[in-house]
Amino acid sequence: MSTEALRAPPDSSHLGHHAAAPPLVTGHGAGGPAPKRIVVGYGFWIFLLSDVIMFSAFFAAYAVLFKNTAGGPTAEQLFDLRNTAAETACLLASTFTCAMASLAVGERNQKWTQLSLLATGVLGVTFITLEIREFASLISRGAGPSRSAFLSSFFTLVGCHGVHVTAGLLWLGTMMAQFYAKGFRRDIRHRFLCFSLFWHALDIIWVGIFSLVYLVGTLPRELLP
Amino acid sequence: MFGNLTWHAIPFDQPIPLAAGAFVVLAIFGVLIWVWAKGYIPYLWREWITSVDHKHIGIMYCVLALVMLLRGFIDALMMRSQQALAFHAAGYLPPEHYDQIFSAHGTIMIFFVAMPFVIGLMNFAVPLQLGVRDVAFPTLNSVGFWLTAVGALLVNLSLVVGEFARTGWLPYPPLSELAYSPGVGVDYYLWGIQISGIGTLMTGINLVTTILKMRAPGMSYMRMPVFCWTSLASNLLIVAAFPVLTATLAMLLLDRYLGFHFFTNTAGGNAMMFMNLIWAWGHPEVYILVLPAFGVFSEVVATFSGKPLFGYRSMVIATMAICILSFTVWLHHFFTMGAGADVNAIFGIASMLIAIPTGVKIYNWLFTMYGGRVRFSSPMLWAIGFMVTFVIGGMTGVLLASPPADFVLHNSLFLVAHFHNVIIGGVIFGAFAGYTFWFPKAFGFTLDERLGKAAFWCWFVGFYVTFVPLYVVGLEGMTRRMQHYDRPEWHPWLLVSGLGALIILCGIALQVAQLAISIRSRERRRDLTGDPWDGRSLEWATPSPPPEFNFAVLPNVTHDETYWSVKQSAREQMRLVLPEPHYEAIEMPRNSPVGFVTAFFAAVTGFSLIWHIWWLVVLGLICAYITFVVFAWRDVAEFEIPAEEVARIDRANRQVRADALRELAL
Repeated sequence: MSTEALRAPPDSSHLGHHAAAPPLVTGHGAGGPAPKRIVVGYGFWIFLLSDVIMFSAFFAAYAVLFKNTAGGPTAEQLFDLRNTAAETACLLASTFTCAMASLAVGERNQKWTQLSLLATGVLGVTFITLEIREFASLISRGAGPSRSAFLSSFFTLVGCHGVHVTAGLLWLGTMMAQFYAKGFRRDIRHRFLCFSLFWHALDIIWVGIFSLVYLVGTLPRELLP
Repeated sequence: MFGNLTWHAIPFDQPIPLAAGAFVVLAIFGVLIWVWAKGYIPYLWREWITSVDHKHIGIMYCVLALVMLLRGFIDALMMRSQQALAFHAAGYLPPEHYDQIFSAHGTIMIFFVAMPFVIGLMNFAVPLQLGVRDVAFPTLNSVGFWLTAVGALLVNLSLVVGEFARTGWLPYPPLSELAYSPGVGVDYYLWGIQISGIGTLMTGINLVTTILKMRAPGMSYMRMPVFCWTSLASNLLIVAAFPVLTATLAMLLLDRYLGFHFFTNTAGGNAMMFMNLIWAWGHPEVYILVLPAFGVFSEVVATFSGKPLFGYRSMVIATMAICILSFTVWLHHFFTMGAGADVNAIFGIASMLIAIPTGVKIYNWLFTMYGGRVRFSSPMLWAIGFMVTFVIGGMTGVLLASPPADFVLHNSLFLVAHFHNVIIGGVIFGAFAGYTFWFPKAFGFTLDERLGKAAFWCWFVGFYVTFVPLYVVGLEGMTRRMQHYDRPEWHPWLLVSGLGALIILCGIALQVAQLAISIRSRERRRDLTGDPWDGRSLEWATPSPPPEFNFAVLPNVTHDETYWSVKQSAREQMRLVLPEPHYEAIEMPRNSPVGFVTAFFAAVTGFSLIWHIWWLVVLGLICAYITFVVFAWRDVAEFEIPAEEVARIDRANRQVRADALRELAL
């Protein structure tokens, strides 16, 4: 590799990013500003990290308040693992379809992009419906969020994830409309990259919720710390 | 229809807030009418409100900070005068009003003065120092600024419509819970901070990405100016700490709005969890504020000593060490909670450890000055004033970090004196140093030095006269936030402290005069070379003010202290005119009203949440979503500046610089 190749062309930094941004420019200092795709993806990763930190605060609150049931129902009495299993299945499957959509976008295939995104959306809506049903049933049994500190933190942690999924669904609908109306334009593909990162990150957080809230919550009492 | 909002929300029976509010409303209307009559609205809309230029956004952040400084300082004057008068007397501020004033003072000074000031300086200077054309996400930058402005708007609106929190600048439960604070004061605080906090998080993400991914060719990490390093550390802390603030305040909001039990006294709530969570944000916040100030001092001390910064690498290591250590000390804010001797000891030792990297920095600045040809211009005065003051504040901090001492001094005026010592002596002095230092770069003319120096001395002396007495009464056992008292031995000290506040007032008046006089005589004080201080980093290679694209051709960085080394080699080689580069057209991001429009709907949503106007909440959120979709739908995000235009602007700059270098060489 010649040193000439490492050097950025005189004007590689326009925020406008010419299509011919040199692939060697990585932003480590040698070659000048990174291409737009790297910058966008990197920035979104930083956002996701901050989002994970926000969830960690809710996880911490849940851990602190887990035993503060104030004489009300406990996790063991409330959680229904079958419902949780169905929710988990929906979300994991939607991650698969979302990855399918990424492949279809890579192939510039409108039909498969739309179909995969539609499947992702349907699975997401199913997940949210199951979650709302679970929340409604808890509230109707007198186990709403104002019953005890434990339930407050449970509803907040799981509900925050649900709000994220709902926002993701709005975003997903907007993405489908944009792919349909504007095709696979560069900035829209960047946006889709962020969306898919977001969707997969929500899945990772759900794995945390599924394990730490539902599985740990339904452990037999003698196994709990 | 209007939720809880009725005419009773306007405090017709309280003359002070009503008169103040009326004055502010009249002043705003006056300015608006003047702007409209002069025909400035299209200009303001085009160049500022919808601007996505990092320089303009940085300047607007600083303007917001300066305006809010006036507001926060009026609160400070009221507190000092109340305590000077309220010996064996009621003073002139009733308790419920006094409580709102100290809460508003802290909230405004931290969130809407210190934060916007350092963020404004970072926004303005970092891309210039890195040798690039803008931040990573220019439109997001605009959204972040306008959301911060909305937070400030909501907090100030509480002056006239309703009331502000009476809970202190951090709304500790259970006092801040609905049962004990049933009014809208805490809600104003919570929604104001939530909205501006989201704006701050956006800025943090933006600047981290900018610094890590967008630097001029050859600008490796170890060639970045120290201000860029401290900005990186500060923004990493924003990204890591502000989500915790958002989550914590969200929990308190859920308690207040939906009857949750995170921090209540009943149903298993845990109020001490709030202290832990809020300080897990709050302590890093201190370093978010002070690290950029350290960066400013590093630039200023090196420039005005005419020497490279002493110990650049140790400065970088110290910065990153502070960045990490700042997350390990939060418990020292509540040693008295009763976590036990072992836990307190660990956090006490961790707190003292932070003094080590900070000490490294102080010695680096001193050694930079040592043997240098020090010019005592006003930025340098702020820097030297900082070194003296901050060391004292740091030592009282180490004292407070010792749990047994803290048990005596917790929540006393000694603590109040300590944190004002580090925040005024560190952050505010740093912000003013940066303001004076970069002002000519931003506007193309220098600030009046005589008034600037006078303002510095007023601030410097005024600070000591105000806060040394507070250290004393703190040691004598006076707790913070007292509306009146009956201990005769405190009274003289509080009178002196009130006098100190008046000296600081003189400093602020001098700064206002400095700005006004400098603007009026700007033709005489033009900075024609773009390098008024004989600077060392890349921002001084641009004309003052820089063109919107900053650099016609991206600089190729081959040395530390990039611009200094260019000047140096030109002097040595007598190579005065470099061959003209090949100019290309430059694509720049188009202006966008999305930040302003989003912020407008955020303000509507926040206000209606505070007053429980639910239909307007829904409407505001829907409109915000529509704004995003409309923005996402636009087809042309950039415009092109033709190569001839770039060449025309750059040739002028090159000519001026060639002349300046010729003079230097002679």
